[in-house]
Amino acid sequence: MSAAGAGADGTSGSAVSAAGAGADRADRAEWETVVGLEVHCELETQTKLFCGCKNAFGDEPNTNVCPVCLGLPGSLPVLNAFAVELAMRIGEALHCEVRPSSFHRKNYFYPDMPKDYQISQYDEPINVGGWLELPDGSRVGIERAHLEEDTGKTTHQGETGRIHAADYALVDYNRAGVPLVEIVSRPDIRSSAQARLYVTELRAVLVATGASDGRMEEGSLRVDANVSVRRVGAVAFGTRCEVKNLNSLRSLGRAIDHEVARQVALVEATGTVVQETRHWDENAGRTVPLRSKEEAFDYRYFPEPDLVPLAPGSDWRARAARAVGLLPSARRERLAGLLGGAPTPQQVDQVHVVVAQGLDDLVVAAVAQGAPAGVALVRAANELAADLGAALVLDPGIFGRVAVMEAQGELTATQAKAVLAELLAAGGGDPAAIAAEKGFEALSEGSLAAVVQGVVEAHPEEWSRYSAGEDKLAGFFTGQVMRATGGKADGKAVAAELQRLRR
Amino acid sequence: MSEPPSLGRDDVAHVAGLARLSLSEEELDMFTGQLARVIDHARDVSSLDVHDVPPTAHPLPVRNVLRTDDPCPGLDRDEVLAAAPDVEDGRFKVPRIVGEAP
Ligand SMILES: [Zn+2]
Repeated sequence: MSAAGAGADGTSGSAVSAAGAGADRADRAEWETVVGLEVHCELETQTKLFCGCKNAFGDEPNTNVCPVCLGLPGSLPVLNAFAVELAMRIGEALHCEVRPSSFHRKNYFYPDMPKDYQISQYDEPINVGGWLELPDGSRVGIERAHLEEDTGKTTHQGETGRIHAADYALVDYNRAGVPLVEIVSRPDIRSSAQARLYVTELRAVLVATGASDGRMEEGSLRVDANVSVRRVGAVAFGTRCEVKNLNSLRSLGRAIDHEVARQVALVEATGTVVQETRHWDENAGRTVPLRSKEEAFDYRYFPEPDLVPLAPGSDWRARAARAVGLLPSARRERLAGLLGGAPTPQQVDQVHVVVAQGLDDLVVAAVAQGAPAGVALVRAANELAADLGAALVLDPGIFGRVAVMEAQGELTATQAKAVLAELLAAGGGDPAAIAAEKGFEALSEGSLAAVVQGVVEAHPEEWSRYSAGEDKLAGFFTGQVMRATGGKADGKAVAAELQRLRR
Repeated sequence: MSEPPSLGRDDVAHVAGLARLSLSEEELDMFTGQLARVIDHARDVSSLDVHDVPPTAHPLPVRNVLRTDDPCPGLDRDEVLAAAPDVEDGRFKVPRIVGEAP
């Protein structure tokens, strides 16, 4: 569902076909991309927005339903206080004004809502105005962030699986009534890269506030993009199109690039863009028209008579503000502080990944256990991020022990990765026991030196070339040492030993 | 009343379409007259000076009716689906949908 207030503008039937990557670079330089994003965030509550049904992903269809979320006659909605709390935390984190608010009915006919309306906030949203600062220093304005209920899930059945060709649809109402906050940005975004950065940072903020699990692949975060183009230097905005079905950061970036190229080609050919809602087709790599402005839905909003106004007192607002955890920017600074000194470019990237995925508390805990920040950071950014679901529920103490073992040379980097993978797959365990079971005994410094010496002596020709400055042969020697030790040698230690012998 | 009619036949046809109601020509005429009278009645309010009156979101002087975030059991699925005209795979089976979700 699209936003209250933002309106669903649309149209179809444009005669000019999608331009694809047709518009060439020289033309594109004259044009400016203008994007505003609507992000729907499912809230991490136990129950739905207006009833006590479980808010859970992946349960058997239609097992979390009741008279309220099925829209049965005589049932009455009652607002979930924790959903309000999370909405206020989001407002605080985005520097919004958190205000008294009310609910409206958004009426439409579609089987994803059994009531034939969705309860949303319209002219009095809970959060108004605000901004999000991105890691590159740019700032994107926030128009509003309001509460609404999610819709049920419809699955179209038919030979092709395509909507227009479907014979019938199956509906699961487990998701109907799940609490959402819809965050509407101002049209401040100027490129697909910035749009991706915005969603990445917003996702991290939502995770940090405890409002969201941030899982785009499970639909916890869903993004619609309002895209328009204008000539560089122009003040007025061009006609915008709303692009739907952006289920990943990759889709978001591709869809914006495609849509900008299409609109530029359209304006250059016909002087105008038709306002419409478009659907991103990930497989075809293009947007296709969904509905025109003339076909836009008329939602006939009216105040929800079954719900009274919401006006959280200053105490509650203050509590919500305090409950907002460390925001991503502060979390990045905290990790940078632990690294000490200027981080390398790789470490800057690792810090971003770790904070964006909500793994930074694990790094902080590992450092508290005695692991060097750099070691914990690189394992979190690579191995933990690769199995995020398992990593987020891993006992921090276990991760800390692996990082400490690696830092103390009890495990090589390769061995530490294998142990972590095993721990994540098993949901926990004893790192030392796993290492022993796998036969991981790091070579002592003395025995490593002996192996390296042996390899050097076995390849005198390569050694003289390496000694003369042919650095790429370091890889050859490392490979030989790994082969000789069955992979137990630490790559870094081998490199250091080679350097030492060359001097 | 000096103001123009509040509601025309086209408006009624449009609203009926939104509500998926199919009205005959006679019904359109009848409802246009009836609905116009209802709306004109509500328009009487605009003759009052209300600039000092704050907007009312709800007639009850009550705010913040809330419940705690505690799950409670819902309905049995078999019971729920028994009320549906058609069912498949534990889900409601509905006719082919023209167009996409709003
Ligand atoms: Zn329910």
